[in-house]
Amino acid sequence: MAAPTFSAITLHVNGEKHTLTVDHRTTLLDALRERLDLTGTKKGCDQGQCGACTVLVDGRRTVSCLQLAVAAEDREITTVEGIADGERLHPVQQAFLDLDGFQCGYCTPGQICSAVAVLREHAAGWPSAATADVRPEAGPPPLTDEEIRERMSGNLCRCGAYVSIVQAVARAAASGQQAEEAAA
Amino acid sequence: MREFAYQRARDVAGAVALLGADPHAAFLGGGTNLVDLMKTGVERPARLVDIRELPLDTVESTPEGGLRIGATVTNGDLAAHPEVRRRYPALAQAVLAGASGQLRNMATVGGNLLQRTRCGYFTDVTQPCNKRLPGSGCPALTGEHRNHAVLGASEHCVAVHPSDMAVALTAFDAVVHYETADGRGELPLADLYLPVGDTPHRETALPAGALITGVTLPPAPVAAHSRYRKVRERASYAFALGSVAAALDVRDGVVHDVRLALGAVASRPWRARAAERRLAGAPAGADTFAAAADAELAAARPLPHNGYKVTLMRNLLVAVLTELAEEAAR
Repeated sequence: MAAPTFSAITLHVNGEKHTLTVDHRTTLLDALRERLDLTGTKKGCDQGQCGACTVLVDGRRTVSCLQLAVAAEDREITTVEGIADGERLHPVQQAFLDLDGFQCGYCTPGQICSAVAVLREHAAGWPSAATADVRPEAGPPPLTDEEIRERMSGNLCRCGAYVSIVQAVARAAASGQQAEEAAA
Repeated sequence: MREFAYQRARDVAGAVALLGADPHAAFLGGGTNLVDLMKTGVERPARLVDIRELPLDTVESTPEGGLRIGATVTNGDLAAHPEVRRRYPALAQAVLAGASGQLRNMATVGGNLLQRTRCGYFTDVTQPCNKRLPGSGCPALTGEHRNHAVLGASEHCVAVHPSDMAVALTAFDAVVHYETADGRGELPLADLYLPVGDTPHRETALPAGALITGVTLPPAPVAAHSRYRKVRERASYAFALGSVAAALDVRDGVVHDVRLALGAVASRPWRARAAERRLAGAPAGADTFAAAADAELAAARPLPHNGYKVTLMRNLLVAVLTELAEEAAR
């Protein structure tokens, strides 16, 4: 008997469980958009090159177009719909609004999910290709505009709203730091 | 895309057994290359064996002072690891120079080594390609080959290996560990990739059905003074036109130890042994570095549209060695 080419799976998305049967060929991107009606995540190139489909899987940013839905079972998925704290926007979302970090907006959900993860990666001390000295002794690199551009390079914006996107990520980073200092 | 069965492996023996049970099965790691190739029909597995949950996701120090890197460690975690950054900084730099943050969080070390070339004829199923369809021809020879090989190629294939990570691993004498139904094995990364010859479709020396379980880096004090430099057509998120992984130890103005590997110039990461031999024991300086680069590139056989790579690699080698020598002198 031929092995089945579809499976009943449970996806954990934005804190909710969804049980569905998927053809194994279904990407996480298509499952989110076509099956769960979470259309915030956008399909751009569908080849892992544009970043419009960026979501967080177990807290890490990934491109959902190259992630098979069946392989995402039992992992915590956060889409742009799950970034805010209820009605309170995430600092990255607020900064994109305040600083016009978009034009047409199509790439924005991916930019926002990516930026949220960039701030986490930076806070965890991860270096980037823009980091002059990657040795841990050198300490965490300051989040300069050059660092932001490099770290956000997996998200393309055809409108070219990059200047404002860099400003928005920098402001969100600064507001996050202020919140931390206030808490301390 | 062809329909396929899907199974998650829970342990290495189980993964190898699942793959062995189906001649049309493939391992699924991060999927960043495989899923893309399945969408375009280049890869058509009937079964995927998902190995992401195997307990191969750690980076550990070896008793000898090297590092053992599990096959399912993501590129992102590898580049962030303090011991990688401290002992083999060029490896962290190489990983960070590749792909995007999103892809690095998905991609795994084992998958990175076995990723396929991005040659436009290989990835387009409407085109002939000796690597994809043996005997069908190589349109790159007379077509688009600006990004193609200048070293070690043949008239059957001029595609380059796209990995940045593997270039640094090659410079540092990495050993690849694998497991088959018959047991465990290992081979130097330098021997993993087969010469192109007239069999470009045969890419690695891994036995059939083998699962890469990890990579070991032997201890190498020289690697603490290392650098990866990549030249590409845009500032970020692009494959290399050429790259260098270099480590240099200079004592009293003389080259005491050196490691060199070149990327995007051949079907595999290219260990620059001729250049290393020319450098060993020689005075560290621009003349020596240029002579070493020339010694390595004497074997270059560029095509009509990629001759620039020979000049590029010469300049890149001299520049990186000069930088490392200047830092050593401080």
